Amino acid sequence: MTTFSIPRTRPRRTRGSVDSIRVKPSFVSTGILLIGAIYCLFPVFWVVMAASKNSSELFSTFTLMPSTHLWDNIVELTQYRGGLYWRWVLNTALYAGIGALASTWISAISGYVLAKFEFPGKKAVFSVLLMGVLVPGVILAIPQYFLFASVGMTNTFWSVLLPQIISPYGIYLARIYAAASVPTDVIEAARTEGAGELRIFNRIALPMMAPGLVTIFLFQFVAVWNNFMLPYIMLGNDALYPVTVGLSGLLNQGATAPAMYTLVITGALLSIIPLVILFLVLQRYWKVDLAAGAVK
Amino acid sequence: MLAPGIVLFLAFMAAPIVYTLFLSLQKKQVKGLGLGSGGRTTAFAGLENYIGSLTNADFGASVGRVLLYGLVLIPLMLGLALLFALLLDSRRTRAAGFSRTAIFLPFAVPAVISSLLWGFLYLPAVSPFYWVFDRLGWDVAGVLDSSTVLFAIANIALWGGVGFNMIVMYTSLKAVPTDIYEAAKLDGCTEVQVAWRIKIPIIAPSIVMTALFSMVATLQVFAEPTTLRPLTNSLSTSWSPLMLVYRDAFTRDDIYSAAATSIIIAVVTFAFSFLFLRVVQKRAFGQED
Repeated sequence: MTTFSIPRTRPRRTRGSVDSIRVKPSFVSTGILLIGAIYCLFPVFWVVMAASKNSSELFSTFTLMPSTHLWDNIVELTQYRGGLYWRWVLNTALYAGIGALASTWISAISGYVLAKFEFPGKKAVFSVLLMGVLVPGVILAIPQYFLFASVGMTNTFWSVLLPQIISPYGIYLARIYAAASVPTDVIEAARTEGAGELRIFNRIALPMMAPGLVTIFLFQFVAVWNNFMLPYIMLGNDALYPVTVGLSGLLNQGATAPAMYTLVITGALLSIIPLVILFLVLQRYWKVDLAAGAVK
Repeated sequence: MLAPGIVLFLAFMAAPIVYTLFLSLQKKQVKGLGLGSGGRTTAFAGLENYIGSLTNADFGASVGRVLLYGLVLIPLMLGLALLFALLLDSRRTRAAGFSRTAIFLPFAVPAVISSLLWGFLYLPAVSPFYWVFDRLGWDVAGVLDSSTVLFAIANIALWGGVGFNMIVMYTSLKAVPTDIYEAAKLDGCTEVQVAWRIKIPIIAPSIVMTALFSMVATLQVFAEPTTLRPLTNSLSTSWSPLMLVYRDAFTRDDIYSAAATSIIIAVVTFAFSFLFLRVVQKRAFGQED
C-alpha cells in the first residue's frame, strides 16, 4: 500500500470480460447498481428538461416534459447584465485552470524534493505537511480572509487564486509518486553530466511523474471549481465571481423574482457541462488509493 | 527547490492561522464616546472570546446539528459506496461500466450546483416527486421543513459523495490479486463470504481514509445550507458552525469572536481526525507493520 494506482496503458479489463462469459449474471447486483445510477443521473436529467422551459412553463407543466425554449434561455442568460454569466464561467476556468496548474507544479517539485533529497529538518517539514493534510482548506478560508483584509487585498483576483495553490495533499501524493517513478540513478547520472537541479527536475523528473501529476491536477481543479466559501467571503465585486458564487446569488434574487429561476437552472446546466466532459474524457485517471500513504 | 512550497505554506496556511490566533485574543474597546478615528481601539481579551464562543447557545446548537448530520450521512454514504464498489467488483454484475460512470458523475457537480438542483427537486411547485404525490393523492410535507431539512441536506451530500468514495474503494479492490479469491472459491466460499471475510478486511485502510475525509468534510459543511437558504425558512444563519463564523465575521462585524470560533473548529477537526487515525490505525494497518 505504498503506491497509489496510476493509469495503466493497458487497462486490466481481462479479468472481468474473459471470466464473465462463463459466470451467470446476477440480476440483483446489476439491479442495485442501476438503481444507484438512476439516482445519480436523475437530477442531471431533470435540469436538462427544466432548462428547456420558459418561466411560466416551469411552474405549470410536468417538470420532466421537455419544451423548446432552451436556446431562448441561453440567449436570455447571455444577455443578463451584459454577459455577466459568461464572465463567471471565464473566471471559474481561470481560477481552476491557473490554480490547478500552479498547484500541480508546486506539489510536484516539493514532493520530488521530499522524496529524493536528504536535508536537515526534512522530518519536521514532513510532519507539518501531514498536519496540513488534516486541516481542510475551507477552515482556513476565514483566517485567510482576515489576513488578506489586513493588507487590503480582498476583493481581488489574487485573493481567490493564491490561497488555493498550496495543497498539502497534492504534495503528499507527489512525494509518493516521485519515490515510485523517478529512479535515483537517473538523477545522479544527470548530475554527473553537470545538469542543474532545477533542470533535472523540469526535464527528467517531471515527465516521469506525469501520469500521477494528471491526477493531482484533476483533484486540485475540481477542488477549486467546487470551492464556494473562499470566493464567497473574499469577493464583493460580482465581475470577479466564479460561477458557483454567481449562481447562488442569482438564486437569492429568485426568492423575490421567480423569473430568475429559469436563468439559474439554465446557468446550472451550462456550468456542469465542461466538468462532466472533462470527467468522462479523463475518467481513467481517477484511480486514487487514498490509503496509499496512511501508513507512512 | 522547496522554497516556493514553503513560502506559499507560510503565507497562506501558517500566517492566516497565526493572525487569526492573534485576533482571537483581542476585543474591541471603546474609549470615551467612541467617536473619531482614535475612539475605537483594540485591547487584549485573553480567553474571553473563547469562553464566549463555547458558552454560546447558537454555537452549541450548530455543533449538535452537524454531529447528527454526520451520523446520518457518513454511515449511509460509506455503506452505499462499499456496497456499490463490491458489486462493481463482482463478476456477475452487468453494465458495470455504465453504473460506475453514472454514480461517479455527481462528483463533477460542485456542491453549490447540486444544492441548486436538489433544492428545485425539493420545491413542490417544480418537483416531479410532488407531481407524483399529487396524482396519488398523498399529502407530503415539504422536505425543506425544519424537521427534515437536515436529511434533505444529507441527501445532497450523499448524492455528491457516494461516487467518489465508491471509486476509492473500488480502486483498492482492484489492487488485490485475484488468486486470493480463487483459493477461497475452491474452499467453497460464496461470493458474499468472500466479500465479508476477504475483500472488506483487505480494503479496510481505504475505508478508514474515506471515513476520515468524510468526517472532516461534514464538520465544515457550508455550501449546501448556504445555497438552500433562499428556498426555505428553516435554515438559520447559524445552522452549521462555519455559517455561524460567517455570520459573526460579516453580518455582525465581530471578527474577534469569529476568529476564536474558527480556531475552535479547526482544533476540534484536527483533534478529531488525529484521534480517529490513532484509534483505527492499529486495527486497520496492524498487519502491515
